[in-house]
Amino acid sequence: MRKGKRMQENTMAWLFLLPSLIFLILFTLYPIIKTVYLSFFQSDLSTDRPIYVGLTNFKMMLEDEVFRKAFINNFWFAVGTIPTSVMLGMLLAILVNRKIKGTSLARTAFFYPVVIPMVSAAFIWLFFYTPEYGMINKLLHLLGIGDLNLLGNSSTVLIAIIVMVIWKEAGFFMIFYLAALQNIPKELLEASHIDGASKWMQFWKIVFPLLMPTTLFSVVIATTNAFKTIDQLVVMTQGGPNNASNLLLYYIYESTFRFMDYGKAATATVVVLVIMIVIAAIQFFGTDRKIHYS
Amino acid sequence: MKKAPVVVGLLILFISLLSACGGGSSETNSGNTDSDGDTIDLTWYYPVNVGGEVTKVIDDYAESFNKEGVEVNGKKVTVEPVYSGNYDESMTKVQTAVKNGKAPDMAVLLSVDLFQIKDSIISLDEMIANDSEAQEMMDDFFPGFMLNSEAEGKTWSVPFQRSTVLLYYNKDMFKEAGLDPEQAPTTWDEVVDYGEKLTKDGQWGIELPATISGYWIYQALALQNGDGNLMSDDGKEVYFDTKEAKDALQYWIDLSTKHQIMPEGVLDWTTVPTDFIEGKTAMMLSTTGNLTNVKNNANFEFGVAFLPGNERLATPTGGGNFYIFKDISEERQLAAMEFIKWIAQPERAAEWSIDTGYIATRQSSYETPELKEYTNSFPQALTAMEQLEHAYKEISVYEQGKIIKLLQDAIQAAINGDDENATLDKAQEEAEVLLKPYQ
Repeated sequence: MRKGKRMQENTMAWLFLLPSLIFLILFTLYPIIKTVYLSFFQSDLSTDRPIYVGLTNFKMMLEDEVFRKAFINNFWFAVGTIPTSVMLGMLLAILVNRKIKGTSLARTAFFYPVVIPMVSAAFIWLFFYTPEYGMINKLLHLLGIGDLNLLGNSSTVLIAIIVMVIWKEAGFFMIFYLAALQNIPKELLEASHIDGASKWMQFWKIVFPLLMPTTLFSVVIATTNAFKTIDQLVVMTQGGPNNASNLLLYYIYESTFRFMDYGKAATATVVVLVIMIVIAAIQFFGTDRKIHYS
Repeated sequence: MKKAPVVVGLLILFISLLSACGGGSSETNSGNTDSDGDTIDLTWYYPVNVGGEVTKVIDDYAESFNKEGVEVNGKKVTVEPVYSGNYDESMTKVQTAVKNGKAPDMAVLLSVDLFQIKDSIISLDEMIANDSEAQEMMDDFFPGFMLNSEAEGKTWSVPFQRSTVLLYYNKDMFKEAGLDPEQAPTTWDEVVDYGEKLTKDGQWGIELPATISGYWIYQALALQNGDGNLMSDDGKEVYFDTKEAKDALQYWIDLSTKHQIMPEGVLDWTTVPTDFIEGKTAMMLSTTGNLTNVKNNANFEFGVAFLPGNERLATPTGGGNFYIFKDISEERQLAAMEFIKWIAQPERAAEWSIDTGYIATRQSSYETPELKEYTNSFPQALTAMEQLEHAYKEISVYEQGKIIKLLQDAIQAAINGDDENATLDKAQEEAEVLLKPYQ
């Protein structure tokens, strides 16, 4: 009897899981396995059907200058966007978490970049960055700096893209920090105030540690974004000039849809997959234990 | 026992989910199977690459074709147009469909993508030879537009929405600089000369875009600088490292660095027309596809002219052609040709040109009253057609996507200060490796 009940519970659990499990297998697990499989094949326009080539794709990838560039760019892109947008999000949240006039207006202003689609935002920024009449260049003019073609120059294009992405992302993290800040019990702050803690000490010893779960969440999201959002490249630079703003996912996108080189795309995907697994492992096993969940 | 209804409910939900997925996919492809009824229902993939309500125009065409009741083997032919995104996306959709054995009956794709899909399409020669109407149509297309349709002595596609590069110039600025507003520069040296007079604070002489289709603008310069092209006609060789090609790139770079009549750095394909409309540049090179955009948005008088030449006048053609696919029955292929003949009639090609800004593909279109009236009120549209006399084949090779990227990267690297001889040599070397399997 007992055994039968257990069986029934198990079946129920599986049945409830089934719908999402099917989608997980269909749209995540199966594509991953197929991608890994395909990365051992040459499958491009010059082959009628995929040819098994072992690790050749990976060897060629290491020698591919464009891939190396995209890899290095993506590293700097991650370094440039993740800490800054998360910290800025925290800062903005602290800024608008006060009861003064106009906070809701400020909150809206900081949050609105999140609401517009990336493609529209990219178009707007494409014109912001345009020499002569673009907004950025008009500001630079006021500072007495001449016209800069920020997107048209290999040395500035990546920074320009990073700034735009920070603008787009910071408001998103702000909302989570704002929710977290409002959940911090007032008593803690009052008690510490009575004990004579300065504002600075309150922040470091109480607020910041209590925000850690949110920080972990934001860093994870920012990290995945650094590898998965490329809409802005399609609109603004197409990875140029001369691959100076090329990122890994854009490289994969071009290999698949413009060059129809499925083997190369699969190989690059496997590389990104491994990077993501390593980062995720570091984040969860490394920092998760140190975080205090209240 | 109480839980039984829940389990049953879940099972039903799950089964209906599965069948919903299955039903969806089989439905979308049913259009391509041979119809054994009394109609032939064709699927037509088409891209939209310019602004305006092109989808509506296309739907109207299909509707009036379906009403007309064209017949093949006693069966009525109908067409269902399927919007397939821009050119790149359309190509992807077609390739995916072909790979899965579900090719459309016909598609409009870039004329230069011929070598990418040659194995999936049919050559049209046999059909044309057996059909005097088709023969007449093919003979009436502007010869410049047929260049990219031909390979290995065969004809593979029918011109549909076609364009060339044009020189746009701001007449008001010409007047202001003391230049004749009816006389655009005709040589490279004149461009520099005019440009120097037109450049002042907040206003540039000329702009050449180097992203998206920037390689196409560069090809125009390379063609003007000699008597060759950037590739062989069979699409198996490229010539990026010739002196003509290198000097053409040098000229482009000199416009900014030496003559200082063009902004430095890579200029974006989408912002250059806006620069022109905003009055930030007096001249630009862009596609004929921007004629309607500039006409509607510029609040000054503008002119268009042939591209300035050096050794000769030249422009590459561009745009999309009709392809008919291989994996469908002969009857469907014939039906597809009937539709192409219908849509390429001189009057309809004229209408298409007026609606979209593309150059009408047939010479006799320019004899139609509609197009005559249009070009009278808007003579700029005529310049584009007249320049076809100097049109050459757009670069079209095997591994088109990868090789175009190599070329564009080389151009952008040189604009950003790398030595143009070295960048073009490198592009040539890497392109040769890519093309080796096809030789």
